[in-house]
Amino acid sequence: MSDIADGETRIVRSTVWSAGAGCHGGCGVNLHVRDGKLEKIEGIADHPYNQGTLCPRALALKDYAYHPNRLTRPLIRTGARGTDTWRPASWDEALSLVESKLSAVKQEFGAESTVFVQGTGRDVGGWLVFLAYNYGSPNWMQALPGNSCYHPRLLAMKVAMGDYVVPDNSQFQQARYESPEWRLPECYVVWGQNPVATCNDGNHGHWIIHCVKRGSKLVVIDPNYTWLASRADIWLPLRPGTDGALALGMLNVIIEEELYDKDFVEKWTVGFEQLKARAAEYPLDRVAEICWLKKDLIAEAARAYARASPAALQWGVPVDMAPEGFSVASAINHLWAITGNVEIPGGMIVARPAFGMTAYPMSQDAIQDMYGDLMDKDQQAKRIGVDEFPLVRHMHWRAQPDSVITQALTGKPYPLKASVIAGTNFVVGAQDPLRWRKAFENLDFNVVVDLFMTPTAMALADVVLPSASFAERDGIRAWWSPLTAQNTAIRFGDCRSDAEICFELSRRLRDDFQFETLPDLYRYYLKDTGQTLEDVREEHWIMPPRDSPAMPYHRHEKGLLRADGKPGFATPSGKIELASSQMQEWGYDPLPVYVEPTYSPVSRPDMAEEYPLILNTGSRTIAFFHSEHRNVPKLRRLNPDPLVEIHPETAANYGIADGDWVWLENHVGKCRMRAKFAYVHPRVVVAQHSWWMPEKVREKDYGAYESNVNMLMPGGLSSKSGFGGAQVKSVLCRIRKADDQAAA
Amino acid sequence: MTVYGLWIDYEYCTGCKACEIACQQEHGFDTEELGIQVLEQLMNGGQTYNFMPIPTDLCDLCTERVQREGRPSCVHHCMAKVMEFGPVEDLARRMSQKPRSVIWAPKPRPRDQRPFDGADTGGSAQ
Repeated sequence: MSDIADGETRIVRSTVWSAGAGCHGGCGVNLHVRDGKLEKIEGIADHPYNQGTLCPRALALKDYAYHPNRLTRPLIRTGARGTDTWRPASWDEALSLVESKLSAVKQEFGAESTVFVQGTGRDVGGWLVFLAYNYGSPNWMQALPGNSCYHPRLLAMKVAMGDYVVPDNSQFQQARYESPEWRLPECYVVWGQNPVATCNDGNHGHWIIHCVKRGSKLVVIDPNYTWLASRADIWLPLRPGTDGALALGMLNVIIEEELYDKDFVEKWTVGFEQLKARAAEYPLDRVAEICWLKKDLIAEAARAYARASPAALQWGVPVDMAPEGFSVASAINHLWAITGNVEIPGGMIVARPAFGMTAYPMSQDAIQDMYGDLMDKDQQAKRIGVDEFPLVRHMHWRAQPDSVITQALTGKPYPLKASVIAGTNFVVGAQDPLRWRKAFENLDFNVVVDLFMTPTAMALADVVLPSASFAERDGIRAWWSPLTAQNTAIRFGDCRSDAEICFELSRRLRDDFQFETLPDLYRYYLKDTGQTLEDVREEHWIMPPRDSPAMPYHRHEKGLLRADGKPGFATPSGKIELASSQMQEWGYDPLPVYVEPTYSPVSRPDMAEEYPLILNTGSRTIAFFHSEHRNVPKLRRLNPDPLVEIHPETAANYGIADGDWVWLENHVGKCRMRAKFAYVHPRVVVAQHSWWMPEKVREKDYGAYESNVNMLMPGGLSSKSGFGGAQVKSVLCRIRKADDQAAA
Repeated sequence: MTVYGLWIDYEYCTGCKACEIACQQEHGFDTEELGIQVLEQLMNGGQTYNFMPIPTDLCDLCTERVQREGRPSCVHHCMAKVMEFGPVEDLARRMSQKPRSVIWAPKPRPRDQRPFDGADTGGSAQ
């Protein structure tokens, strides 16, 4: 059993993921429970992911789970949307209502007229797609323009390498940094991310700190002088949105100076000459001018990276947010490809789910394996965005969000009628949030699943279903290794986990639904892994054996990456495609290219006269996960006000003192924030995102549009590929001190 | 008597404040009560950028917990793994090998000892 007796206190071993810390998860925790109540949360010292450590959000779990404003029962709206008019209902009544509404939509308009909407990479994604496919709708989506969070990077890697790679921080070794197989990266490049504040996409941010402490040379690419930048050997404070030019410029230095790995390029890549020609279009003078960097610094960074072996690179969302995020990701991918930092200890290693267990599909192949027979080709062809974007048609597993919004507003090519919205608060968090709000106001029936009443639920929901924190749920997870279990420690109110909600709705909405219970479904997911559900729960985490295809290293040499068992990569050519045959076939540029941001001092000098500063947003904070956690006092204490970081000299030019309330304004809108002095690039301000005020009046949107930087985001800026391009890192603005200095 | 303390490698303290929340949880403190506080030192034009965890006078070095589990909650949960607990004499040897580190030897005062306890403030100060 997962419970360990300890006097009167029961200890339940579980895994952090989703509601609670809010994050992409992975940390192993002991949940201490007495008399059915959570007493405390502790990191498990020998867990390979977090090695005992925990972040403030996980440590505040008790305050989150027992928050007085938690939703405890399903709510059915009795008045108009936007008003605080609800009546509590039983689960059976609420789910019966959802069932009848969604069945009616399916019958009258087709299942594709219901969209399933998630936010970031929480486990609800796996459950929503399960529900969508059982119901029959191909329209599962992420509430973010251009899917501009990890998807461009994932697809760029998939297209070029046939797999996803992650930096090797020894995370796939039980002994971690002490493992004899692992090597410390000689150079670590952190590209557009503040790993101190975030653990993105299965990568614990502080692993990078551990490597730097052990001696990795650090290169930080960030317009903001973060604490990490202060510890860097080389800091490149580039102009926001110019990452693509920098990557191509670095490729050019490495190729021109012959610092690339000739053997690896020869043996394992195709398209090198084409890439060489393309990179040559980005000489240092040009790149330095584009990026607002000194050319020597760019060359130094390129050399430091290329001369190190092994070298690791961790990248962040600015890559995706660039005008052509897919293209930027491709260029960075080629940096590790031509330097041979692939499948070597301390380099970039292929990441696959432990034991091949998929509960959260990360590719179209996985969807096909899991649910292919649930939906015929004609129905899949109705996925929104497939006609417009070949990359969505051929490679992607979700609807294209910008196309969904347009379709919700126009009703073309077919009407959208209903939605299930879970784990997202997009009327706050989307760019141009009021347009998103209007799009979903157009739908006849919206279900919102959340733990708290949010501006999104208040504005849009007809039914609200109360979800559970990770302490209140069972589950299994393989993102990536080890395979881990989530075990239920407590119950709260009448809340149910996302898994339970989606499972029950699937049972109701599908006539020949084959599973009796959730554990039956977990067993189905585990059927090819050689592991039993009981073992996973008992062991809590299981690292795959060394010879497993999910484990590094050198798998391309051993024939462990391709379906046919031959050496090489899972691409059409079997090699890493520096020039992509598939992209060419689909009508795209096969090579990376730099595209200037839509609203920049370069592309819009006319606009820059009125709005001289570059507005950069979306950076993570340790206290909050996107729009969450403002209502947890212990976390809010860490960051009480919505902050915009500004260089002291820039602030002085505008008569702004540290701590002043200021207005950010541009051609789209404005918001009121509090200035915090920082050594951010003097022509850039960095504003926190997705602020709303849970303490404010519910029927006035909780103040969601007063200090919300998304009110300045143009929206609809998706790239030509359909991937990337939300550009929240690089629009224009001006700043002025607010007349009213009262707190928000 | 052996004096115990905390050794902190402030070169790599990332300012995440996990120690503050871990301490609050361990001791059941309220939102504004801290047993350790992380201060930011960003000055000299960015030349100096450090975070510095400083125990408050509520810090008892997790006496009860240490007997049970060996180390304070802040040390256990520190994400950058820059804190160690032990006899100050041992920590001093550690410090002698690691510049940009510090040792704190906290000693708690009674939790209810507040400055205005003896004054008639007309109920306007707590």
